[in-house]
Amino acid sequence: MIGAYEITLVAVVSINLMLALGLNLITGFCGQVSLGHAAFFGTGAYAAALAAGGLSLPVVLVLAGLVACALGLLVGVASLRVREDFLAITTMGVGFVFLGFVRKQGWLGAEMGLTDIPDHGLGDIGFVGLCLALVAAMAALSWHIKRSWMGFGFAAVADDERTARTLGINAAAYKLAAFVIGTFLAGVAGAVYAYFTRFIIPSAFGFTVSISILTMVIVGGVGSIWGVVAACVVLTLLPEFSRVINDYKLLLYGALIVLTMRFAPGGLAGLVRSLVARRSTGGAP
Amino acid sequence: MTTLLAVEDVLVRFGGIVALGGVSFSLAKGELLGLIGPNGAGKTTMLHTVIGVVKPTEGRILVADRDVTRLAPDARARLGVALTHQIVRPFRGLSVLDNVTLAAGFAKTTHLARAIVSVSRTAERARARELLALVGIADYADAAPGVLPLGALKRLEVARALAISPAVLLLDEPLAGLNSVEAARLAATLADLNASGITMILIEHNLAKVAEICPRLVVLDNGRKIADGPTAAVLADPQVIAAYMGQDTSGREPGREAAHAGG
Ligand SMILES: Nc1ncnc2c1ncn2[C@@H]1O[C@H](COP(=O)(O)OP(=O)(O)O)[C@@H](O)[C@H]1O
Ligand SMILES: [Mg+2]
Repeated sequence: MIGAYEITLVAVVSINLMLALGLNLITGFCGQVSLGHAAFFGTGAYAAALAAGGLSLPVVLVLAGLVACALGLLVGVASLRVREDFLAITTMGVGFVFLGFVRKQGWLGAEMGLTDIPDHGLGDIGFVGLCLALVAAMAALSWHIKRSWMGFGFAAVADDERTARTLGINAAAYKLAAFVIGTFLAGVAGAVYAYFTRFIIPSAFGFTVSISILTMVIVGGVGSIWGVVAACVVLTLLPEFSRVINDYKLLLYGALIVLTMRFAPGGLAGLVRSLVARRSTGGAP
Repeated sequence: MTTLLAVEDVLVRFGGIVALGGVSFSLAKGELLGLIGPNGAGKTTMLHTVIGVVKPTEGRILVADRDVTRLAPDARARLGVALTHQIVRPFRGLSVLDNVTLAAGFAKTTHLARAIVSVSRTAERARARELLALVGIADYADAAPGVLPLGALKRLEVARALAISPAVLLLDEPLAGLNSVEAARLAATLADLNASGITMILIEHNLAKVAEICPRLVVLDNGRKIADGPTAAVLADPQVIAAYMGQDTSGREPGREAAHAGG
């Protein structure tokens, strides 16, 4: 039997996995650092909360993804005009603009948020199954993109955008594609979140969420799907299991980002790769 | 003869510096043009303007009679313009082979819809291996660019540019950093490729080498074109000799002296 607590854990981990896999497409594959991922998560959640009354669950999931990626496209187009090192600041700004906007909108419930979001009607087991199926589908999509020529192009753009362009790669289109796909996933995650909590408030989509997800992507090893999945599961569960870690969550995440950048820029995946390489060459450390 | 590339009154300003002060020349299909001039003359800027990573303040670039001045570099690459960088720019996160494979897959990367459904890299890898062998760095295929000596990285630039099947190849000092054996080999390879139909602009500071390979030269000095014509005549031009020597040295043999100037 799974109880309410287990269901909560599965839902929370799954939602974070969807967010991390989406951000991994943008930041990991394509090299576009985003500090505003929570805005697209929130957009999906609000879209779902408004639509859930009249539409069926699959339609709501897709719709939430589409609304979020429409915003993603908008931000992406605006970001093309921004120098690479300012992208982080711009996307952080988008996060704050989103919160500031939602907090003042009566039709979105302002500070009080939206309540009475209809039940998903799947039952506990059904909902857990939905979460896991979505995570699996998104991981499979990531894996496919990474192997495809689109992923190859992303890697080139992330490595050296200017040179990629001289080789015929439309870097702007690739960056937009990463933004659109990644924010679509965030929107779907938002819909799942709305169905799960059945009420949403603006503060659930704040800067802390964006930073947490980015930490998972960086600690996992930008671009590595399994690395990001592992980091996401661990970093989501730790604060759930430990009160202290929960209290110092932001401090911990900040420290992890700095330590990873300084000592293991390849993240978990990079560490494992160099361990395996050391073994196979038989060299002593 | 059909004109493949035309540069018309190109003016490039970087802040206060005029890197190119209204340069024009054209290139017929099949030509191998040597672009020479002292350090800082604007040679690299000229090639960057042709591929589009530098936008001219004034003037036009035409490729096969089409005005490409407003086109992005990727669109120009798709029209068949390729560049090798003087200061090498390999994708450091990709293997040597993947650097070339990516370029060889330009037909797949051009359209996103095609890119996302295409997975196989077999044909492009095979093509990339051929090109690595052609420039003599096949042994480095699986290495990371970071471990390659400069001479190999220079040749990687050439292999990668060739991978997009260019109509016009812009070569920014591809021979610099190679030892004399490697340089002679690559020069011969480039001459063969030119004979097989690829139009080229070659920047090279060693005038003896330029004189060997290029039938025609354009000389830049201080952002201005000071000579354009058959190699022997250009190298004998007193103005060219003066630009290279920093003084009027007419009477001396230019090819040998000037080979050590510039840089
Ligand atoms: N990106 C840039 N920003 C500012 N100045 C530049 C830039 N690129 C080149 N220059 C300047 O333009 C002039 C021409 O440089 P360049 O084209 O590299 O000459 P060359 O290749 O003939 O040695 C030089 O004075 C150089 O300092
Ligand atoms: Mg130069």
